[in-house]
Amino acid sequence: MSAPFFEYGLFGQGFSLVVALIVGVAFGWCLERSGMGSARKLMGQFYLTDLTVFKVMFTAIITAMLGIFWLGWLGFLDVARIYIPETYILPQLAGGIIFGVGFATAGLCPGTSCVSAVTGRGDGVAAVLGMLAGVLLAGVSFGLLEPFYDSTPHGTFTLPALVRAPYGLVVFVIVGIALAGFYFAERVERRARTGTGSRSTRGLV
Amino acid sequence: MSTSAWTGSGTRAAGNGPRVTGSRKRWLALLGGEDRAVTAYANPYVAGVGLGLVLLAAFVVMGRGLGATGAFADAAAEIATTVAPKSAQANHYFARYLNSDGGGRIDWLVIELIGVAIGGFASAAFAGRLRRVVERGPSISRDTRLVLAFTGGSVMGLGAVLARGCTSGQALTGGALLSVGSWLFIIGAFAAGYVVAPMLRWAWK
Repeated sequence: MSAPFFEYGLFGQGFSLVVALIVGVAFGWCLERSGMGSARKLMGQFYLTDLTVFKVMFTAIITAMLGIFWLGWLGFLDVARIYIPETYILPQLAGGIIFGVGFATAGLCPGTSCVSAVTGRGDGVAAVLGMLAGVLLAGVSFGLLEPFYDSTPHGTFTLPALVRAPYGLVVFVIVGIALAGFYFAERVERRARTGTGSRSTRGLV
Repeated sequence: MSTSAWTGSGTRAAGNGPRVTGSRKRWLALLGGEDRAVTAYANPYVAGVGLGLVLLAAFVVMGRGLGATGAFADAAAEIATTVAPKSAQANHYFARYLNSDGGGRIDWLVIELIGVAIGGFASAAFAGRLRRVVERGPSISRDTRLVLAFTGGSVMGLGAVLARGCTSGQALTGGALLSVGSWLFIIGAFAAGYVVAPMLRWAWK
């Protein structure tokens, strides 16, 4: 075991901020390269004319998931030392739904709104300011939200624990689902391009 | 792209003057040359693998994933403490961002998001995709679109606070780590997006 490097003390707090910058630049680069800084393109996901969001997100998720799995299996990465976001069933489901409403309204999510803003888009700037206002408002009224925020806690709770199946099997099934998803995404896009069956596929893209 | 998109004060030399090529053209694009042909976006699967490798690198090097909401929360906490230091410290949400003692997890996310902005800008600059526009459909006014983006951003902010993260911290990071709460967030966010998007079709058509 030699990774995560930071957790094993290979470098300190100061250098971790250099890593933050490098990781951030690469993250922003990938988002912009794939067109995710464009609200029009992101909305294509919801109008089923351009499924780039689905393809990029799920390719990224399965790439990282497989990487963690294999590096862990090879004994290079100590998976137990990776911070896994804790599960709070209801606030995360409700938060996800509220987030989705905002996402489809703005056409951007927090990370992509930053890319949209710095690449010159006024709607990106507005979304960034809105996001800041929303977090500020939620923070100010946190006294009201806190009981719900802390409800239904499950600590570190992963899918293999939920379905009581081996880690490797869950990884395998998710890759399978993603590949099937990519196949259907291509079909949906082809249908949108040729205009068969769908009502308002023009206009976008 | 909408033709009524407003063009900024940037130079238009790339289109009106003598034809420029190579790196000089790139720099003109960087200054806002509007007429340069836009480079096509990357293949979504290639960009997705790239994004996944960035995420994997964050896990391997730092033992943590990507994020965006944390940086917004940090900024909101700073605003709150500037306006009302005492109430900000007493606020359970802001306090944890204010008392991170420097160099902690939170600062990491701020630097990372600054990196996202730099990376997104650089990628767009090199591809000639810097444009001062407000992305919208032909039948929605610029101001209405900005209001929608701001409103959507605010709603997203509330959702991201409740869910303890957004598309970066929950969907990508928690998704790859197979966190149950993160997958609930993904399902909730996309389900809500598909419900809301048809009501906003007019903004893009």
